[in-house]
Amino acid sequence: MGIFHEITKKPWLADPAEDEGYHNQGASFLPNGKVGLRVFLCVVTVIFTLTLIAYADRMFFATWSPMPEPWILWVNTALLIASSVAMQWASNSAGRDNLGGVRDGLLFGGVLTFAFLTGQLYVWQQLVDLGYYASLNTANAFFYLLTALHGLHLLGGLIAWGRSMLRLRRGGSVADLRLSVELCTTYWHYLLLIWLILFGLLLMS
Amino acid sequence: MSNGVLDETQVIPPAEVEEVDLYHAKSFITKWVFSQDAKIIAIQYSTTAILIGLVGLVLSWMMRLQLGFPDTFSFISPEDYYQFVTMHGMIMVIYLLTALFLGGFGNYLIPLMVGARDMVFPYLNMISYWVYLLAVIILTASFFVPGGASGAGWTLYPPQAILEGTPGSQWGIILMLVSLVFFIIGFTMGGLNYVVTVLQARARGMTLMRLPLTVWGIFTATILALLAFPALFVGGVMMLLDRVLGTSFFMPEIIQAGELLGHDSGSPLLFQHLFWFFGHPEVYIVALPAFGVVSDIISTHARKNIFGYRMMVWAIVSIAGLSFVVWAHHMYVSGMNPYFGFFFATTTLIIAVPTALKLYNWVLTLWKGNIHLSIPMLFCIAFILVFLNGGITGLFLGNVAVDIPLSDTMFVVAHFHMVMGIAPVLVIFAAIYHWFPLMTGRFLHEGWGLFHFWITFLGSYLIYFPMHYLGFVGVPRRYYEIGETSFIPPSAATLNEFITIMVLIVGFAQVVFILNILISIFKGKPSGENPWDATTLEWQTETTPPGHGNFGDELPVVYRWAYAYSVPGVEADFVPQNLPPDQIKRSGSSGEAVAEDPPELHKPE
Repeated sequence: MGIFHEITKKPWLADPAEDEGYHNQGASFLPNGKVGLRVFLCVVTVIFTLTLIAYADRMFFATWSPMPEPWILWVNTALLIASSVAMQWASNSAGRDNLGGVRDGLLFGGVLTFAFLTGQLYVWQQLVDLGYYASLNTANAFFYLLTALHGLHLLGGLIAWGRSMLRLRRGGSVADLRLSVELCTTYWHYLLLIWLILFGLLLMS
Repeated sequence: MSNGVLDETQVIPPAEVEEVDLYHAKSFITKWVFSQDAKIIAIQYSTTAILIGLVGLVLSWMMRLQLGFPDTFSFISPEDYYQFVTMHGMIMVIYLLTALFLGGFGNYLIPLMVGARDMVFPYLNMISYWVYLLAVIILTASFFVPGGASGAGWTLYPPQAILEGTPGSQWGIILMLVSLVFFIIGFTMGGLNYVVTVLQARARGMTLMRLPLTVWGIFTATILALLAFPALFVGGVMMLLDRVLGTSFFMPEIIQAGELLGHDSGSPLLFQHLFWFFGHPEVYIVALPAFGVVSDIISTHARKNIFGYRMMVWAIVSIAGLSFVVWAHHMYVSGMNPYFGFFFATTTLIIAVPTALKLYNWVLTLWKGNIHLSIPMLFCIAFILVFLNGGITGLFLGNVAVDIPLSDTMFVVAHFHMVMGIAPVLVIFAAIYHWFPLMTGRFLHEGWGLFHFWITFLGSYLIYFPMHYLGFVGVPRRYYEIGETSFIPPSAATLNEFITIMVLIVGFAQVVFILNILISIFKGKPSGENPWDATTLEWQTETTPPGHGNFGDELPVVYRWAYAYSVPGVEADFVPQNLPPDQIKRSGSSGEAVAEDPPELHKPE
């Protein structure tokens, strides 16, 4: 039942026939966690959109001097894509009640994500060594800001990942893990999408 | 239909709602300190918000002392004054009003009103409070660091906010920004809870259009906040980097004291856009819950259904949507393209339409109602008057041609204090007097309440109404002292003295209010259950105050909307939302149970 149908109802009319419908119809059938994650992703979208609008606005300033793109960023991108694939693998395995697949997928996903974050730190290090300080040019500052924001969101995801791993180690069944694995997968795909947009913008500018 | 026997279409079997894993505290600390019970968290939020709000109140006294009696108080320096202005604004808007309406009332009322046992993510809810407390502590700490708190004005405009020479540019501004970032993180955790709880945890039969308007207001305001706070977050983080790392997001090339600073070509206007993209919705983040609470209290205390419920819901939603496209009306004097100004003036005038609708509907709810002039009702009527005044001056300021001469005068101060200072605070008082019996099982003292009401209402009107005239004659805002100015008549100084005296009197009334609360918790007149004869679920709990898990063994089943007051042909003048149709006592039929007919008088407007 659509939201528009819902909010055009006239609650002051008590219609017994409709009443019964009312009672069978509760909230959405999605688990709370999924609804919560969707709402949270909206918040994250606003954060990145606003930052990207500011970025796009500044790109056209005369003083903008673009950053180089270290080749490691390509490696990092590949790592992040791989971690997303691994998460999907875990999620699919959870759908098939395959505990081994869930464990392997989660493990690979997490390790690859750690590798991505390490790679990002390495890029920072390289750029700083080359003298691309945040204070020198706003292009640099935006690069550090956006990669940091993205990295922090991944770190947050890793906390949820760590909780799933912990549950796994304590002998949790697939049923215990299914929801959290699915949530992690959605979040990983989403952060991959954000990264691809950031990386694309970086290559463009 | 025979007595007590109903066919299946009329009686719905008890709710088969999946029981949630309710968190059960094991020790004193997990029960009262690190609690995951939304009601305890609500009280923690409220207490913290009110305490920091009292700091904001004292700051306003200091400001008024300086404005009313310049050259009298040697302990208030110009730097102090700017710090008072800044901290007062920030504390009141964010740390008091936002936290109290959403963290306080949201936490207490949402689960109870929608018929849930608790929030859907209780652990996150607990963390939310502690992060908020951390934000408050960081903010308070900024008073005690070298250079003191930030004195940049509550809007924190760069470049001056972080330039040397502005009070608090050393540590104050850093702590302010860090505190805001924490506040936003904490709020997001709470906000997810409020939204998902309303969407997912409603009791059986509680459709969206049967929700009390309080829940609609808090729900919509939370969505607004979740989408608007990121703008402040991004702006805050960028400014923090500008200050700490010397980046140039907002900092243009600046020559200070003959010396070129390291910044280059940043855009201060970008901050203004980010700030007001948050800042304008913030007005409605505070106002929408207030609208909801007023609707419910007026309906309950006038024993009449709310006029135009559907219209009220739609108005709340459309106000929320529109509030995202009006932000630049705060920036008319920033040198914008006139077409841009035209656009924002138009959207600003449009948002007045749903807002005015709500005002008419409140008045029409009172019309021919059985009005009980209880203290909550008095505060709500006062709210309508104050909000009307503040709303109309908003139309003045929304027009570019009128705004430009009035910009940065006391007229603006008077306007926004009327509309988002006094008005929501009056609603908070109404809500506290209304729900105090639910939280404690006791009434607040009526006599002291009346004293508090009349002094607060009349006093704050006398503070802010004359202030518009100060603005008309050109008294600028944010000035430490005006001194002798050719265009400002000496009578402005007399008016300033009067306002300051009123501020102190109103302040005294708040002390009485706090004492009333503290004493009534222990010695107030016992209220019994549902003392206002309200229909909403929070009053239908097994015990008053509601216990852990809110409801008894079974969650309530909802049969009707929240405004079944004075239904024709029914004995009692209210029908609780969860009273089964076969238990309604019809008047004149000696208590025989009769199924509920569509009440004729409640047909659409």
